[in-house]
Amino acid sequence: MDIGLYHYLSLAAFLFAIGLYGILTRRNAIAILMSLELMFNAVNINLVAFNRFSGSDGLSGQIFALFVIAIAAAEATVGLAIVILIYRNWRSIDADRVNLLKW
Amino acid sequence: MEILELAWIFEWLNENLLVPIVGDGEFGILVRNLILACSVFGLLSLIALCLVWWERKVSAHIQQRFGPMMTGWHGILQTVADAVKLIQKEDIVPALADRKVFFWAPVICFVCAFAAYIVIPFGDGLIVSDLNVGILYIIAITTFTIISLMMAGWGSNNKYALLGGMRSAAQAVSYEVPMALSILGVVMVTGSMSMQEIVKAQSAWYGFHWNIFFQPLGFVIYVIAATAEANRTPFDLPEAEQELVAGFNIEYSGMKFAMFFLAEFVNMFTVSAIATTVFLGGWNGPWLPSWFWFLIKTLGMVFLFMVFRWTYPRLRVDQLMEFAWKVLLPLAFLNILWVGLYEEVFSKW
Amino acid sequence: MEAYVFYLFAFIIIASGIAVVTMRNIFHCALMLIFCLFTVAGLYVLLSAEFLAVVQVLLYVGAVAILMIFAIMLTSRLAGREVQLSNEQTFVGGFLALVFALGIFYAVNATYFVPSDAVLGRENSLAIGKLLMTEFVLPFEVISVLLLAALIGAIIIARREGN
Repeated sequence: MDIGLYHYLSLAAFLFAIGLYGILTRRNAIAILMSLELMFNAVNINLVAFNRFSGSDGLSGQIFALFVIAIAAAEATVGLAIVILIYRNWRSIDADRVNLLKW
Repeated sequence: MEILELAWIFEWLNENLLVPIVGDGEFGILVRNLILACSVFGLLSLIALCLVWWERKVSAHIQQRFGPMMTGWHGILQTVADAVKLIQKEDIVPALADRKVFFWAPVICFVCAFAAYIVIPFGDGLIVSDLNVGILYIIAITTFTIISLMMAGWGSNNKYALLGGMRSAAQAVSYEVPMALSILGVVMVTGSMSMQEIVKAQSAWYGFHWNIFFQPLGFVIYVIAATAEANRTPFDLPEAEQELVAGFNIEYSGMKFAMFFLAEFVNMFTVSAIATTVFLGGWNGPWLPSWFWFLIKTLGMVFLFMVFRWTYPRLRVDQLMEFAWKVLLPLAFLNILWVGLYEEVFSKW
Repeated sequence: MEAYVFYLFAFIIIASGIAVVTMRNIFHCALMLIFCLFTVAGLYVLLSAEFLAVVQVLLYVGAVAILMIFAIMLTSRLAGREVQLSNEQTFVGGFLALVFALGIFYAVNATYFVPSDAVLGRENSLAIGKLLMTEFVLPFEVISVLLLAALIGAIIIARREGN
């Protein structure tokens, strides 16, 4: 059987759902960020698969995926900096306990 | 000298020995790649063993000693004896270690050290696979080494190991940036990231049209950053013996230690091979066969790294980071500016 | 051949993805994440996007994952401890995620996507470079500014007050 667009899209859907599950159920802030990375990757698989199988104008899908990767890097940087700051103030990175908007 | 080139020998062996037995279908290609991988692996293990012996000899002569002299001619079999000893040793795992992480760290380090050789051109036609993203592939795959060092540091459950692992990661991430930027200059000139193309672009002037003559600054930046990447003195903070006992591999013994140790020397050979390919003209050179030129240049670079190690003192952590971000990075950008100017303005005259 | 490789990769991606969101040792989660992202890079190679695959390894494994391991090392005690990482919404979350996955799965298979006959060239890293410098130069510059802002922002946020 040939592997086509639908296989990749289905795989990406399940990966995205796994990331969603992680975000909904995880307590540790870093684990939540990891689940977020899974979701970013699911989206990227979609973009590259569309570019390969359904794209008409060359490489814009891959370039979009490149931008997503760059933004994911920026998101991880700032997110982890915030996690470190939370840890410094609360001595814990349990996202359920961080419920004050203002100290 | 055509007769001494190795590429046609492999071609001949493939056509007359392999294809009749396994065919040239998917299975045949699989078998051929497997054999190729095994031979590259064996060759590099041999080179790494020789480098360990050479390092001891160089250090000894710099310190006015003889080094190993007993086993074999000038102690050349010393490393073999050491390896046999290490294999026989008891494999000790600390009681509180994270066993899975502790086990996988040296394996990943070892495998990734060899994975870079897929795209290194050992000679004219002697390349496992000429990927069109070759040089970027090497930079990407070597980042796994950092992961493995952090795994070793974390898995050992030892504060010295953890400190060593964190230091190595911080250092490698910082020095990767100027290293990649210094290589970028060459990619700009060549217009390709394939290692074979980079070598071919330097073949003018009877094989002496080397990139180092046009980008000396880039070469210096690369050598400094590569020294840091390979965790060699003066940048060997991850395993600074005097402060961290031995750094990330403090808890390792026997075969696992041997894997880290061997991977370190393979990594040194890797950065030398990249320097050769990217800046020193690769296998280009007159009269001698191409693989011989590659070996001479690469071993020369290895010798340079060894001399660094035994003649320079170690940096402090804060100096190390400051040097990467405040000196090397701006210089790397300057190098790119220079390459752009040279390409657009001076080379047209 | 390609089908076998795809199913192998898909299995690894799903399995390691589930491991990322269910394992109880945060460091093991991070390693599984690296494994998962590395396999996604393999998937990109299957989709003839070599440049993207290499960038994926370089950025995710070489930067994001290392940053995460750093954060883990700075915020957790030493190795070997397994702690409860999930909250009490496991069942609801699992149910929602499953419904979501099946919904998308159904939607994808019910839609007809126009296939293209365009064949991607092997030298697409060169083409990507050219596109980034011509057609997509504005987003490219905006991304650069964004990355710079994120860099400065992260330093300001995580810096200790007072020194």
